[in-house]
Amino acid sequence: MLNYITSYLDKNVQVTPGQAGNIFWALVYILCVFGGVSLVVVCMNWLERKILAHMQVRIGPMRVGPHGLLQPIADALKLILKEDIIPEGADTVVFWFAPLIILLAVFSVYCVIPFGPTHAITDMNIGLLFMLGVSSLGVLGIVMAGWASNSHYPLIGALRSSAQMVSYEIAMGLAVVSAVLMTSLNAQGTGTLSMIGIVQAQQSQHIWFAFKFFPLGLIAFVVFAIAMVAETNRAPFDLPEAESELTAGFHTEYSGLRWSLFMLGEYAGMIAVSSIATTLWLGGWMRPFPNLLRGAAWDMAFSLFPALTFFGLAGLTFYGAARMAKTSFFRVQAMGLAGFGAVLGVIGLILLLPPVRTGIQDIYWFVAKIAVFLYLFIWYRATFPRYRFDQLMKVGWKVLLPVGLGVLILTAAAGVVTG
Amino acid sequence: MTPVATPFFFYMLSGLMIIGGLLVITRKNAVHSALALILTLLAQAGLYLMLYAPFVAGVQIILYAGGIMVLFLFVIMLVNLERMQKEKQFNKQWLVGLVAALSLGAMFVAVYVRGRALFPERAVSLPEAQNTQSIGLMLYGNYMFAFEIASLLLLVAIIGAVVMAKKRI
Amino acid sequence: MVPITTLHYLVVAAALFVLGVIGVLTRRNVVIVLMSIELILNAVNLNLVAFSRLWGLHGQVFAIFVITDAAAEAAVGLGILIAFFRNKETVNVDEVDLLKW
Repeated sequence: MLNYITSYLDKNVQVTPGQAGNIFWALVYILCVFGGVSLVVVCMNWLERKILAHMQVRIGPMRVGPHGLLQPIADALKLILKEDIIPEGADTVVFWFAPLIILLAVFSVYCVIPFGPTHAITDMNIGLLFMLGVSSLGVLGIVMAGWASNSHYPLIGALRSSAQMVSYEIAMGLAVVSAVLMTSLNAQGTGTLSMIGIVQAQQSQHIWFAFKFFPLGLIAFVVFAIAMVAETNRAPFDLPEAESELTAGFHTEYSGLRWSLFMLGEYAGMIAVSSIATTLWLGGWMRPFPNLLRGAAWDMAFSLFPALTFFGLAGLTFYGAARMAKTSFFRVQAMGLAGFGAVLGVIGLILLLPPVRTGIQDIYWFVAKIAVFLYLFIWYRATFPRYRFDQLMKVGWKVLLPVGLGVLILTAAAGVVTG
Repeated sequence: MTPVATPFFFYMLSGLMIIGGLLVITRKNAVHSALALILTLLAQAGLYLMLYAPFVAGVQIILYAGGIMVLFLFVIMLVNLERMQKEKQFNKQWLVGLVAALSLGAMFVAVYVRGRALFPERAVSLPEAQNTQSIGLMLYGNYMFAFEIASLLLLVAIIGAVVMAKKRI
Repeated sequence: MVPITTLHYLVVAAALFVLGVIGVLTRRNVVIVLMSIELILNAVNLNLVAFSRLWGLHGQVFAIFVITDAAAEAAVGLGILIAFFRNKETVNVDEVDLLKW
């Protein structure tokens, strides 16, 4: 038994636990991914409210903890303790199942996302196809949620939302196929659908696919970036769930813990599609400029980035703590904030140790790129006005689909010409 | 990759498939039938994976479970079958139909029992890592004509469905 | 335990086929009849893919074509259903009797 557990660590295996057939480590990775996603969702909740507030020239929640840091915990507690209302005439089985299906669809995508060359739960040969298929199962959950609520607004919201998701899935698929085409430009002439294979293709071709065959890779990347915002029902494509339009759309009748499951599904979906975009176009776990700035000195310089990030965050926290008013009420908050800053600093120090420093590199750069995408999601929400539904469908079918097809044809032509 | 616990997964997946199939044909509520059909389709994708056909499994999930079933659910909601739930579910000839189908099943069983010796139990070793590439080569090689005709068929189906569902042509 | 052979898959496919045929022959709701037709097509697909493990990839390619055809047929069938529902306000197979004498 212990042999089974340590056999995966000992041999310095070069495969993911799923490929090695090691169920224990696959479970450990699944728990890590689940815990990490939950942590990021909690942080996203706070960050979204604070960043939106600062973009709208106000300060967000400040009351619950120092600078509102305990707000997500308070929100979670409130949602758990709320009454669970099921509308009359609602189909109870389907009503109960709908958030579960959305969560299943979204979390299954995490099985194939690579955080490093061996840091994935598994690496399927058809990883990309699996990801596309499973994310199209989320549409079913939304349709079921709208139908089971036995009410007009959720039904209209669900039908609109599913029509939108199905339309933008096609644009996503075309952009993804363009990226897969670029993986086949190697010596053997065979591409790959496996996610780790796609990042390794970028590594061997010494270029991120977003910059390949300029501007084709960039256009495909932009098409995917727009389609993924529409796919997760986020602003500016959030007509089906906006509060001023349809009283919260397909999750109107859900209260308390069930609604929090929907929110978890939405944020987890945002992280999932961001990681797909990172893997396909932004080089996955590779650090910036791995070939232009090569050598041990540059590797060492880039490996200091995780620790520097945490030191920066700790510095910001200490600055916020120092700026607080000196009354007794705020003294407690300042101490809490300083304690939090100290924890961040300790994490930064741990990340300076050489063995941790080299191990955390891949995961850090991957998470940093996802963080950029999540910031962009919040920025879009603060900046863009909402699309009307017919404009939304027009963009999906008449703009993104032809552009995606054009990029696909031109990428194939460019690949043949240069190959 | 060596398969793990094959009989367990086979019996579980085929059990889910048969249960889903039974639920499809017996439920009063059409939405419940559609959900049971989704369960059957997903279990079938699992069986395809066990048969070393990952590409067909992916296509099954994307097209069938994620496309056709969404279409079915949309139409069920449009057609609004509340009244239908209170009427009789099985038609007048249900007994004849049942007997006919069961005799068809008996014929299948007879064929399989007698012809059991005909299946060569050597399995062609299809390397799983090359499955997508091989299917791609065959689709664009041997079956190119059928591929193009299938795309034409889909175009005709789209136009036909749009024309038939319009209010005024 | 008996190792799982091709025959096991064929038996499961036959069972699914029989269930689909029962659904087509006995149900009154047109949508459920269409869903039973999808069950039949799936049973055929399972047969094709089970045999393709013995005799090469042709079965899987044919299964992909069957899935494509099933999509087209479902779309057209549901279009007909919607057109009929708009005329007669019912989805009962027994009431499709406009041409009856």
